[in-house]
Amino acid sequence: MTDDSRTRRFERLALPHLDAAYNLARWLMRNDHDAEDAVQDAYLRAFNYFGSFQGGNFRAWMLMIVRRCCYDGLARNRPTELVSVEDIDALAAGAEPLSDASRVDDPERALLRRADAALVNELIAELPPPFREVLVLRELHDCAYREIAEIAAIPVGTVMSRLARARKLLQRGMKRRLKKDDGNGL
Amino acid sequence: MDCNDVTRASSSYVDGELDAAAVAALERHLEGCADCRLGVEHQRELSQLVRRGAQRFAAPGHLAGRIGAALDAAKGDARVVPLRRAAWRPLALAASFVLAMILSSGATWLVAAYDRQDRLTQEVVSSHVRALLSNRMIDIASSDQHTVKPWFSGKLDLAPPVRDLTTAGFPLVGGRLDYVGQRPVAALVYRHNQHVIDLFILPGDAAPGVAPPATSRQGYALRRWRDGGMTFWAISDLAPEDLDKFELAVRAPAN
Ligand SMILES: [Zn+2]
Repeated sequence: MTDDSRTRRFERLALPHLDAAYNLARWLMRNDHDAEDAVQDAYLRAFNYFGSFQGGNFRAWMLMIVRRCCYDGLARNRPTELVSVEDIDALAAGAEPLSDASRVDDPERALLRRADAALVNELIAELPPPFREVLVLRELHDCAYREIAEIAAIPVGTVMSRLARARKLLQRGMKRRLKKDDGNGL
Repeated sequence: MDCNDVTRASSSYVDGELDAAAVAALERHLEGCADCRLGVEHQRELSQLVRRGAQRFAAPGHLAGRIGAALDAAKGDARVVPLRRAAWRPLALAASFVLAMILSSGATWLVAAYDRQDRLTQEVVSSHVRALLSNRMIDIASSDQHTVKPWFSGKLDLAPPVRDLTTAGFPLVGGRLDYVGQRPVAALVYRHNQHVIDLFILPGDAAPGVAPPATSRQGYALRRWRDGGMTFWAISDLAPEDLDKFELAVRAPAN
């Protein structure tokens, strides 16, 4: 009986987070098949380590494992998608200052208002995984920075800078695409 | 704070993740700087744009079942050990005793069949509970039997009969692929008032007819019957008499 009641206790805690797990995995893996594999992998791992769960935020614990499984899956099958995080953070901190792109004049703002859902989805999917995940966790899962830090295993300060950077990349991508569309239209 | 500091902090500010001192300094700057006010407003719009536009992917209906089957498999075959469940032991023993007097060689088979049946019952309950817990009952949402039936073809090695039972008070809501006994099965989902009914359809050989056709587990009523070489399990939190009506409706000849 102990085996079964342990499974049931785990399922009762973990299955209500299945949609959240799948959404994060789907955004990281970018296709249904790999997302399902990653989530199944994550639930098996979570079950095996269930004894080490100390209580507290179960969703964050679960999503941390989901994220881990996604990165393992990418490393196994699509290693080219895993840009070195160090490179990206260096880039974020150095070469391009955050300042200019966040400053917007009114015509640019009008331009951004034309962005539709399809473009938003496309541009998020194009973000490198470390930026994609913080944005998805913040905007779609409504995670606090502290939770994102726990899930992505980075300091809160890094959550702040990556999220700011993710939004800047998104904004720049939109401007570029919408301006290009205007050009094509003429 | 100067304009650059504000630009750097505006993303966290919009998220409500700056500490009180930083918020005060930032807002003091905003009062005197129209550029930065615009920048912050823009951050807010961008955040809204993502929240409104980005897709929220819902787990497919079969995923909870697939995970459950994987969990069961990972636990090894511990559950296959005969007569493990204490609750069933007296009944199984009684059955084996009675049969041993009649035909001693058949007794072992019967006990094994009871236990297999019991395991199957438990797995039907688990699959149903998993679907409820994951809040994901349906892969294919449709009240149209001509949409749901073909959806299963190619996914299973049986063609489940699918009928909408609205006229009997049990509208078809949809279907999903689920797992019982670690093999894929069809699950049809019906509704009756606020209650959800799962109708699992398994290949006939999955369930020798030994266990009682009507039973209840963990607060769920179950009905089991065989028809056309297939085994049907209906499970719901409906009152048992309503589940009987459901069974009758399913088994009524189509017109
Ligand atoms: Zn300013």
